[in-house]
Amino acid sequence: MPELTFLQAISRGLWEEMEADKTVFLMGEDIGKYGGAFRVTEGFLDKFGPERVIETPLAEEGFVGAAIGAAYVGMRPVVEFQFIDFIACAFDQIVNFACTSRYRWGQGVPLTMRGPWGGGLRAGPFHSRNVEMWFAHSPGIKVVAPSTPTDAKGLIKACIRDNDPCLFLEHKGLYRRIKEEVPDNSPPIPIGKAKVVRAGEALTIVSYGMMVHRCLEAMGQMKDLSVELIDLRTIYPLDRASVVESVKKTNKVMIVHEDTRTGGIGAEIAAILNEEAFEHLDGPVVRVTSPDTPVPSAPAMEDVFLPSVADIVAAARKLASY
Amino acid sequence: MYYYLRLTRALDERAQILYRQNKVVGGLFSSLGQEAISIGSGFALAKGDYVGPMIRNSGTVLVRGHTARDVMTNYLAKSTAPTQGKDNSQHFGDIERTGVISCISMLGTLVPVMAGMALGARMKGETRVAMTYVGDGASSTGDFYEGLNFAAVQKLPLVVIIENNHYAYSTPTSKQSLLKDLAEKSKAFGIPGFVGDGNDVLEVYGMTKKCVEDARKGGGPQLLEFKTCRMRGHAVHDDASYVPPELFEEWKKKDPIARFEKELQLTDAEKSEIEGKLKSTVDDAVDYAEKSPLPDGRLAYKGVFEDDSIVQFTPWWKRDA
Repeated sequence: MPELTFLQAISRGLWEEMEADKTVFLMGEDIGKYGGAFRVTEGFLDKFGPERVIETPLAEEGFVGAAIGAAYVGMRPVVEFQFIDFIACAFDQIVNFACTSRYRWGQGVPLTMRGPWGGGLRAGPFHSRNVEMWFAHSPGIKVVAPSTPTDAKGLIKACIRDNDPCLFLEHKGLYRRIKEEVPDNSPPIPIGKAKVVRAGEALTIVSYGMMVHRCLEAMGQMKDLSVELIDLRTIYPLDRASVVESVKKTNKVMIVHEDTRTGGIGAEIAAILNEEAFEHLDGPVVRVTSPDTPVPSAPAMEDVFLPSVADIVAAARKLASY
Repeated sequence: MYYYLRLTRALDERAQILYRQNKVVGGLFSSLGQEAISIGSGFALAKGDYVGPMIRNSGTVLVRGHTARDVMTNYLAKSTAPTQGKDNSQHFGDIERTGVISCISMLGTLVPVMAGMALGARMKGETRVAMTYVGDGASSTGDFYEGLNFAAVQKLPLVVIIENNHYAYSTPTSKQSLLKDLAEKSKAFGIPGFVGDGNDVLEVYGMTKKCVEDARKGGGPQLLEFKTCRMRGHAVHDDASYVPPELFEEWKKKDPIARFEKELQLTDAEKSEIEGKLKSTVDDAVDYAEKSPLPDGRLAYKGVFEDDSIVQFTPWWKRDA
């Protein structure tokens, strides 16, 4: 079984889907000879040719629109954003055109959009953003954010096979940092299902993306505390049941995300728990998030901006003793 | 062509009355005076081609095979409408049957989408021309530039028609662009651009036909600008008081239907046959639309995703204790 990095797992997932289905093709900037800014599509041009690995002009709104059109006639486009921040340039095509398409006239848009996402790489305000809630709040698109190579490979396949628009977020802090054995020709992993990373009794931590790994690190520093860690894996549709079930067992919960605070998925989870598990809560629903600011460049500032291991430990300790 | 020109206008006139009776859901955007562009260009396409109309292109939609009933039921947002009342106005289509793509209110968005349809068809080994429209206003959008540029680089069979009708809502074309002819924008993409008389249905047909066939033969995208005049306000609520009366006077003389009638020289018998057919078609469409049931309100929860269960959720306060 090959050992794959997070990046290689995504690449392998794309490769296997393109081999299996001729309607799957790629569009994006610099994805051909260069292999994409992070080399996710290295070697794809040689294998699949320029008809299926389409290098586009620097115009996100245009190539997302073109991908929608191709999807209308039975293709399964996979669009790469060089950094996910640039998805803002294509916002109109996504939220007004693609997201509403099935609803307003019955035409589904089997479109996958993917790109490097998140902070911690000192990449500054325009190459570090967390864009998930822009889309989770726009009915008509699924938002997926895996944290392991196995999940990344399975979920990119599920996105490509899905008949509705999907946004696949790849934390660039994980690209080359984590590795695991992932079988060839592995099956897709269902969208919308969270995963219990570690079972526990005293407290539930809900997280996703790179923060899952930071939570694991924090849990290593508080072995006396029985923490249950849930990796959402999908932001929309949210696996409400898994979160509620865990909280009914542990009675305490905190949400850790690197997205900014106001209107982050943590706020939604807190609201869900208020309605669905109010009488099971033995403490406040706690959020550990970034502040409502752009992502700063300087390491000293980005370290303050992002939730740290120490933040997670401190919050968990305080909640546990509540 | 003459019949479709007249049908478009007759449906528009009836819709104006229905609007005043408060029966039209949403806005009503008239094509009065601009019908020749929709009809002439609609006839220039072949079966299997794709077309993305704007709200003033109900003529195109009729030519491509949608019915007067489709137009009326969608205006009235009835359950029998092509969108079942999910969307209104001229926002509907049918890829398989008519090749018509439903537009959205953000103008220009269809330019890249139609480019993508031509691309997708080419990838499947088919040669289908995709055509769409923008106004003078939408020729200012990023989508217009990004879509045409993408199509140019990919040499896609895309035909884009600029309907220069003097005003985008109340903004005159002089505030959209310094160009006298918006077709000159074709130079930015390295593609052919042409200017024609939008109130001459045969000229529209001939010029569009040539562009469609050039595109089909591998000539890449084509940009056409047809000059015309919007003879009403942006929508019914707008009295167009910002338009100088002389402009309306001038363009009234160029009315596309009156001009075509002069060329056709129909006999009285031919005319009355067409009148009869028009009346029965429009009466039937209005009658059918008015008698059609309203959509079930609960349809609002359906069709966001292929799997409806994703959005189905009973809130806490609606559940049994």
